[in-house]
Amino acid sequence: MTFVSQFLKQARVMTSDLRHRRIIRTALGNYEIVRDKRKAAFQNWQSARQLAAETKWEAVNHLDQYLEELVAKLEARGTKVHWASNSAQAREIILQIVTEKKARSVIKSKTMTSEEIHLNDALEHAGLNVVESDLGEFIVQLRHETPYHIVFPSMHLTRDEISELFQRELGSAATNDPEELTMIARDALRKKYITADIGITGANFAIAETGMISITENEGNARLTAALPKTVISLLGIEKILPKLDDLALFLPMLATMGAGQALTAYNTMYGGPRQPGETDGPEEWHVVLLDNHRTELLADAEQRDALQCIRCGACLNVCPIFRNVGGHAYGTTYSGPIGSVITPHLRGLHDWKHLSNASSLCGACTETCPVKIDLHHHLLQNRRNAAQEKPSASEQTTYKLFAFAANRPKLWNFGRKVARLFQPLQKPVKGTALDPAKAWTQTRDLPPLAKESFKDWWKKRK
Amino acid sequence: MTEREKILARVRQALKTPAPLPGSHGKIHLPAAEQVRTSTAKQWLPFVGESFDERLALFAKNAAELKADFQLFNSADEMRAALTRLSETEKWQRVAGHSGGLTDAICATLGLPLLRTDRPYDVNDLESCDVGISECDALIAQTSSVLVTNRSAGGRALSVLPPHHVVLARREQLIADLPSAFELLKQKYAANYPSMISFITGPSRTGDIERILVLGAHGPKKLTILCF
Amino acid sequence: MTVTLFIPCFIDALFPRAGISMVQILERLGHRVVVPEAITCCGQPPFNSGYWDEARAVAAKVLPQLANADAIVIGSGSCGAMLKVFYPQLFEKTPQAGLAKQISERTWEFSDFLVNKLGVTDLGANFPHKVTFHDGCHGLRELNLKKQPRALLANVKGLQLVEMSEAETCCGFGGTFSAKFPMISTAMGDVKCASATETSAEYIVSNDSSCLMHLQGLLSRQGNPLKTIHLAEVLNQK
Ligand code: SF4
Repeated sequence: MTFVSQFLKQARVMTSDLRHRRIIRTALGNYEIVRDKRKAAFQNWQSARQLAAETKWEAVNHLDQYLEELVAKLEARGTKVHWASNSAQAREIILQIVTEKKARSVIKSKTMTSEEIHLNDALEHAGLNVVESDLGEFIVQLRHETPYHIVFPSMHLTRDEISELFQRELGSAATNDPEELTMIARDALRKKYITADIGITGANFAIAETGMISITENEGNARLTAALPKTVISLLGIEKILPKLDDLALFLPMLATMGAGQALTAYNTMYGGPRQPGETDGPEEWHVVLLDNHRTELLADAEQRDALQCIRCGACLNVCPIFRNVGGHAYGTTYSGPIGSVITPHLRGLHDWKHLSNASSLCGACTETCPVKIDLHHHLLQNRRNAAQEKPSASEQTTYKLFAFAANRPKLWNFGRKVARLFQPLQKPVKGTALDPAKAWTQTRDLPPLAKESFKDWWKKRK
Repeated sequence: MTEREKILARVRQALKTPAPLPGSHGKIHLPAAEQVRTSTAKQWLPFVGESFDERLALFAKNAAELKADFQLFNSADEMRAALTRLSETEKWQRVAGHSGGLTDAICATLGLPLLRTDRPYDVNDLESCDVGISECDALIAQTSSVLVTNRSAGGRALSVLPPHHVVLARREQLIADLPSAFELLKQKYAANYPSMISFITGPSRTGDIERILVLGAHGPKKLTILCF
Repeated sequence: MTVTLFIPCFIDALFPRAGISMVQILERLGHRVVVPEAITCCGQPPFNSGYWDEARAVAAKVLPQLANADAIVIGSGSCGAMLKVFYPQLFEKTPQAGLAKQISERTWEFSDFLVNKLGVTDLGANFPHKVTFHDGCHGLRELNLKKQPRALLANVKGLQLVEMSEAETCCGFGGTFSAKFPMISTAMGDVKCASATETSAEYIVSNDSSCLMHLQGLLSRQGNPLKTIHLAEVLNQK
């Protein structure tokens, strides 16, 4: 099955799943309330957004300088930095470290970049025991699913479903109390932090000025992952750069506000190296893997370069009416929602993934909300243009050529309208069936009748 | 060519074409100004009040919202007494902490076995402690955050592995906002930053089950901030 | 003032009353209205589908029709955005770039024109009904239309405006999107209709007939008595 037919199939299933739509609406309705409250607390939210856009613009548009600065600072404090051009290389690098350490178990804190490179499969294939420590990620891992949402991985599940899952997979007692369920996961993971040979983290920001990785989280699982195992590996895309340490004074609260409607998440932690002389805990070795994986191709597209400013807050997913109705899994991508629809064609091929750019009403709610002002919905339009230029669909192009031909001949256009009006009654008996030429519309919607007297008829008569 | 060189070469090649200016949504293509950043964060972030008392009140209000327990005392003695009471009500058996101006004297009065994490320690021992007691670098009014580093607060794990984290602080450690926190970090550590800096804002939490707030996901279920 | 009215294709063929109302309102205000009859469509369908060459072919015929217009008024946020926001992009680096920019600057969506250009908010209309307003996305986010239609509705006698919770949520029309992804489009429309129904309004008013066509299509099919009406028609009721 092609990616587009898979998407269409999923979209059909999900949009008719009213229960799913209700769950997502409720969850996001609550999110909207707290988000708005946090936004309102800013002295000026729009100015803060502008500054955030400017700061990330600065980072992305001088990426080479900042990457070099970052790496020099990291290495000066004993961090081992690796560069990976693609996912295969990144997996290779990580597998090599793991093998060298003769590791058997890995504890991971949430990282979408590792989803992007399918790291868990590779590690498990190599015989390692891999455990996701973020509660939502832990849940979807137990279900052998990918994260539903880049910030809320398990938001599509109810407590009852999670309870059943825990009973089945962990043998826990029946309970559907969120607190008790959380404690079951806490207990299941507690020892894993201590016994894991390797910790793997992602990063929210990489600070060039001081050579640090900043991780935003609520549970403390990333803190533990970066504290207890002897070896820690942090995997991040090269675009995670921020120029200065104090840029975080803006980005930490913005990410929390847009990501989860919090003033600040519970833990925002900056790591500047492995255990330093005189320190008593923390990993002996810290590896940072910098991943390109087509990001430089997106960088080369000046028109859409701002998409690399993304801080993965998930806000555009949350406001997106497409996401809210088809859900995160229908996309079939690591990054879903508007940002996913924009960047996936760059990361995985325009031809295979252009349908995501078409699957949008271009309403612009994403662009309006994005804290770093990425021009998301216009990029969807540009992807459509690029796709049509690169490899036009013969039928669509012919349709539009005919359309343009008719539109440029007002008499013909008008004639067409009149003919259509004559034929419209004939459509009635087949309305919404396979025989109906307007089936895509009429299966769920009535078509308005063409007016007996068009505006232009009226206008002419009046003159 | 190494991968590093290859990636950097691709980056440089890509950046030869200038991008539209930030926030202009593709409309402004002027050559980039030297300084694209036109403001600083401080003026846009949430307001924190002018006076010390206002900020203290803000810290207390935020802490309550976060379900952190913030208690203010008139003297170190009062604070010590409160800690003893806490120890009794919670029936602490084992305590973890680190050496410091505030912790030394106060932890000693608890009369409980103390695991020091600023010396080499066994993580299993720390895991079995009821509480981690630490100092901090600052309290931040804007977000009610506790700023710790592994140098000032007993390493990386003390403040996150035991089920209860108690912070001991002095009033004068209260600062206004996040920009001042980074300013302070710079002043204090710029020559040699600790390998971990953490802003702790409330106890560990999750909303991963139906977006319902649960405390104590992996880190401490309780955060107590004692301040005099 | 001479006002050049741009009649979008679907207003012409499906909702002529919206266009007629605009003519009558503008004339009552003492303006001369002209309608370039050779204009059929702004070119948005091919443009939004990515076929910019074909869109340019249509738009290139529109440009000379509007070249001498002082004020171009459109009763649709969507087509308005096409002229105002997207024509300059479409003609970027072509010989018509200057003209496209000029036309963009002289183009007004109907409610914006009344409120911000003419400074009129009271048209003496009378529409004794409870209504809710749907903000079409293009109007709202490309053209910044939010206050203008509400300022106009506030002066309609007998009209009670009840905002729906999803006023700014897309109705799901999205041009060809509605036919390419009918299931998503319909699901979105259902959300909108449910929100409008909650207000117990009699009418959904909007400044975009295309959104209304989609919503009306859903409502009629579902037997929902809620009706849709273009803003200009409301403002033209006596
Ligand atoms: S594109 Fe913007 S809104 Fe969407 S995840 Fe990225 S930063 Fe957040």
